[in-house]
Amino acid sequence: MADQPLIYARGLVKRFGEFTAVDGIDLDVAPGEAFGFLGPNGAGKSSTMRMIGCVSTPTAGELRILGMDAVHDGPRIRARLGVCPQLDNLDPDLTVRENLVTYARYFGLSRAESRRRADELLEFVQLGDRAGGKVEPLSGGMKRRLTIARAMVNEPDLVLLDEPTTGLDPQARHLLWERLFRLKQRGTTLVLTTHYMDEAEQLCDRLVVMDGGRIVAEGSPRSLIATYSTAEVVELRFPGMPEAGPRFAAALEGVGKRVDPLPDRVLVYVDDGDAALAEIQRRGLEPSSVLVRRSTLEDVFLHLTGRTLVD
Amino acid sequence: MAVTHGVHPTIAVLERHLTLYRRLWQASVFSSFVLPVLFLVSIGIGVGGYVGRVQGVDYLSWIVPGVLASTAFQIAVGESTYSVLGDFKWVRAYHAMRATPVGPADMVRGHLLYLVFRVTIAVVAFLVVVVFFGGLHSPWALVTPLVCALLTVSVAAPVTAFAATIDHDSYFSLLFRFVVIPSTLFAGVFFPVEQLTAVLRPLAYASPLWHAVELCRAATLGTAPAWPVPVHVGYLLVWAVAGLFLAVRAFRRKLED
Repeated sequence: MADQPLIYARGLVKRFGEFTAVDGIDLDVAPGEAFGFLGPNGAGKSSTMRMIGCVSTPTAGELRILGMDAVHDGPRIRARLGVCPQLDNLDPDLTVRENLVTYARYFGLSRAESRRRADELLEFVQLGDRAGGKVEPLSGGMKRRLTIARAMVNEPDLVLLDEPTTGLDPQARHLLWERLFRLKQRGTTLVLTTHYMDEAEQLCDRLVVMDGGRIVAEGSPRSLIATYSTAEVVELRFPGMPEAGPRFAAALEGVGKRVDPLPDRVLVYVDDGDAALAEIQRRGLEPSSVLVRRSTLEDVFLHLTGRTLVD
Repeated sequence: MAVTHGVHPTIAVLERHLTLYRRLWQASVFSSFVLPVLFLVSIGIGVGGYVGRVQGVDYLSWIVPGVLASTAFQIAVGESTYSVLGDFKWVRAYHAMRATPVGPADMVRGHLLYLVFRVTIAVVAFLVVVVFFGGLHSPWALVTPLVCALLTVSVAAPVTAFAATIDHDSYFSLLFRFVVIPSTLFAGVFFPVEQLTAVLRPLAYASPLWHAVELCRAATLGTAPAWPVPVHVGYLLVWAVAGLFLAVRAFRRKLED
């Protein structure tokens, strides 16, 4: 089992009628890894996650989870997965604790064991003091934490998190990241989708960028930045933007590896920000504001998936 | 990975419904326990005073089995509409179960077992009340909870299938208007179906409720039902089995993608 990938996919396809949501992807996720799917809306992330969770049947291709066939061994695989779905589906009329105990029973756990794990997990997600309260009045962040606790109730080998922090405030996100990081330290394999770049950089050892149902890039956050971006980015604003933008962009050609003119500013991808600034000055260009920053996954993401808005 | 298989997933689903019932039981006290007794008093005694005897017994004794079976019918249908749709659409409880080893057949069976429980306590409570009104005339009355349990599955299973197929709750008003209310009025609950014109009588025969009413009436009065017992029971079983099949298929399709 040690050498076997937890998730193994070859040529995985999911079609809904005419629409191809996932268009032939290959995946290998190793035990203990934190693996991320990054991509704009409609890229095929959630469809892929649902196939991995054995709730949606692949249209074509091979998919093995925990060494078993995703199509034929669904119940046996699901017994060892923890799933945190994009939409909360907690029971609003049950108490916080009853939600966990009820869910634990779905996995065949004894009543005593279900209660023990419920109490332990409520402490882990810092909801111990809400155990007897209803779910309804909980904040978004608390509900998410409860959903994650629920996903842990069967001590899963693999935890699937579909956009775990979407819609949460910064405090709630950081608390959630910290809890997920603890899970990772315990050796739990995490697979998550996100469109937050900071989330991907915080949590993922390795990630794939999906676009239009395909994997367009794969690697660690650092290696993706090294491959698809530069060490630093110079952000320049000029008087007379956006009309003057293309003219300045042309004048900046050759300063760095790439020039990206946006409506409000021009981005220059460079290896050395200070050297680039000196060159800009030498060319006699006079920007109204200058910012030199490190490259992030967001630069990789926008480079790979484009800046067009996807709804 | 200490996953022990102590409890069957169907039972785990039943437990969820029971846990919810423990929180929300007050909401159904009137319809499950009080309303049937009000029917018995107002129609059995009130209307019965004018009606006199029907098929050789006092009217109250005659409608007891009808009210009994129609109570089971109302609970079975009522609890298979909004709550099933809601667990797909708003609560998404079935989606939550889908991510676990619980399968569509477990979800359907757990739901139906819960309804059998609900109907059984309502029916037994009603029978106890009826004893004080002198409405039971045969020890065979003891089998009526079993008949009501069978009726529950016969009607709840197809209605559950229906609720899992539709996307909007407006269809339920059609179900109540054109199926549930006519069934209650014309399936031999309040008057013998022989009173119906020959054209309408087959509609009563088609209703599972009529068959359960006939069996319950035979049991509480100690008489023979209209048709042979195996025919009545068989007809209810056909509805139950077909309904189960359709409900499991509807759940599977709804949760597939």
